[in-house]
Amino acid sequence: MDIVPYLLLATLEGLVQASVLMLTALGLSLVFGVMRVVNVSHGEFFMLGAVAAWVCANLIPGPPYVPFIAALLIAPVFVGALAWAADWAILKRINYNPEATIVSTIGLMYIIQQMTLITFGPDAQAVDAPFYYTVRFPWFGYSGYKFFIIAVAFVLVGGLLYLLRHSKVGLFMRATQFDKETAQNFGIPVTKVYSGVFAVGAMLAAIGGVLVVPSQQAHYLMGHDPLLLSFVVVIVGGLGSIPGTIAAAILIGMSDGLLSVFFSPTLAKIFSTLLVALVLVFRPQGLFGKAGR
Amino acid sequence: MNTIGTKKNLTLPRRSLLKGMAAAGTVLAAPGIIGRAVAQSGDVIKLGAPFHRTGIGAAYGRWYERTALAAVKLINEQGGINGLPVELIIEDDGTDPKRGVEAVEKFSAEHKVDAIFGHLFSHVSAASAPRAGELKMPYFLCSEAHSLAAGAFNRYVFQPSISDVKSQVSSMAPWITDNLGKKVTMIYPDYAFGYDHRDNLRAAVEAQGGEIVGDIAIPPTETSYTRYLPRIPLNTEVIYHVLVGPGVLTFVKELGEHLGSQRPEIFGFIDSLEAVSFDIPQLAYLEGTHFWEAMPRYAQPNQTSFDKFYREKVGVDANGASVDDPKSVATFSHMFSVWETLFAMKKAMEMADYKGPKQKIAMLEAMESITGFEESNEFPQGRKIFNGKMHQSFAQQNISKVVDGKLKVVHTVSPEDTLYPDEADYTKMSF
Repeated sequence: MDIVPYLLLATLEGLVQASVLMLTALGLSLVFGVMRVVNVSHGEFFMLGAVAAWVCANLIPGPPYVPFIAALLIAPVFVGALAWAADWAILKRINYNPEATIVSTIGLMYIIQQMTLITFGPDAQAVDAPFYYTVRFPWFGYSGYKFFIIAVAFVLVGGLLYLLRHSKVGLFMRATQFDKETAQNFGIPVTKVYSGVFAVGAMLAAIGGVLVVPSQQAHYLMGHDPLLLSFVVVIVGGLGSIPGTIAAAILIGMSDGLLSVFFSPTLAKIFSTLLVALVLVFRPQGLFGKAGR
Repeated sequence: MNTIGTKKNLTLPRRSLLKGMAAAGTVLAAPGIIGRAVAQSGDVIKLGAPFHRTGIGAAYGRWYERTALAAVKLINEQGGINGLPVELIIEDDGTDPKRGVEAVEKFSAEHKVDAIFGHLFSHVSAASAPRAGELKMPYFLCSEAHSLAAGAFNRYVFQPSISDVKSQVSSMAPWITDNLGKKVTMIYPDYAFGYDHRDNLRAAVEAQGGEIVGDIAIPPTETSYTRYLPRIPLNTEVIYHVLVGPGVLTFVKELGEHLGSQRPEIFGFIDSLEAVSFDIPQLAYLEGTHFWEAMPRYAQPNQTSFDKFYREKVGVDANGASVDDPKSVATFSHMFSVWETLFAMKKAMEMADYKGPKQKIAMLEAMESITGFEESNEFPQGRKIFNGKMHQSFAQQNISKVVDGKLKVVHTVSPEDTLYPDEADYTKMSF
């Protein structure tokens, strides 16, 4: 192939990767930023989103877009409720202690994974895309559905940013992130904000899962890669920094796409891991993070 | 058995409750233990089956288990082995090398089985086979990796049913270069099994005057494939693909999307579509492409009575899907190896009048003395040539074409044409 189609394909792949990453990493970043909780089970919420989409596709009749739209609504609600319950049952009890939350979310990760294995089974399951349309470039074909992923992700992230900046809920969240005690003194229901943020973080991952499943397959182990990449993005972007996370998701996603296509996907993984190491050494607060408060 | 709720235990409800819970937990956690309590060693032949119930090989594991259960049932109905009933003990190895080794150790130390069989994925068997040798445990592969025939393992390891990749590939390659094209791009999984394909295909294609123009290795845990596909060179005449893992359907779909109507010839190992139905709109582009099959998934017009018998016993219909659920497609080109391996073990045990571990060496030597198996209900895939020195079987291979969404066998290679010069002699090793 010439350089132009190569570049086009790499950019498209990178954009798809970046959009899904943006959603999952934003969830992780939000949870860390506001609650200071490193949520290791985040990838499992992503996986649950994908599995929920498969369940919807099997239970809801009609053309493929009906169960898909249903999944886009039901999966985040279900996963959000589960996260809310996990926050209430576990994180709240251990007082959001940083070390304890890491260990307990590792436990949560295994519980979710094994529960899915028991109920959903060990096989990879395909879900029909809401529509099939192959965009035919002169050199290669590309799934039209992947353009849809990009669009939905950007709309959702835009909406979230707007919400954070211009709504009362966003104000509460930002205040809690800035200073928990002071926020509480000003009458902000910090515990409710915590539960809400944990649920919203999980919902973002679940939407990522729903979006990805028609172009991949639902599998009980699929949460692993998104978790790692989300961590990479969040560290590079600066823990808790929303604009940083978005920028890093695009940086990592695009570089992953370009390197994968031009060289090899393994090199792309090496690059992103190296980037994390370099960021940690030379700019521990992340590219966009503010130095320690 | 447990007495929760009866009057005499009311004084110690907590302890009895705990006991009951522990008992229930044990029963749930270790199905093997029930069997062990029933049968003492010596009055039963115990076979350990480490299957890929979970992990990336789960689709294969499910069908391996189903096939093994059917075969053992049949063997027991026919009076067992040397008058002893056969008991099957299954452990999940998670398609993970470490757990594969643990399963071998557990079978040896805890279940004290007579032999182990059923490992498929080559990274698992590569780790487990040496451990089986150390434990002096007969270990029968239902895999395709070339390592055994290449002499990498030990005298306790056998592969009496399915052919190894070297024999499959070298006997297929002339047909590919003669009928499809000489400029080949290969796509294969990035680990041992894939390297067998890479190395042997390159050698075989070049021997035919062909050329490998593209070489794409994909990690078996990959979930998205589009970004690998631009590396298919434009001058490719044949795409040769063999992939495993949970993402195979995605791979085949994305390959179709990428290529469009201008596709080159495609030759795939059925591995890329094992347990996957052809009945999916995005796979329509596969019409007219070719696949290697060890055993034809779709019953052919010249179906043997043995094939029919085997399908009936395992519960597979003429389309290679479960009789209970037409959507559940079998791993038909691999799972016959479980069936045939069990009957090969039975034959060796009968030759050695095997009653227990005392006749273990005699049984292994009997296995080495076997020269082949005739096509039969016990060996429904076809006649086998067994090389006792290499511990490896050589079987017929099929090339099938996708016609009207079904696989139709268009070329068959006889077992003799899959042979290659000996690469190992395990009979010279000590037990």
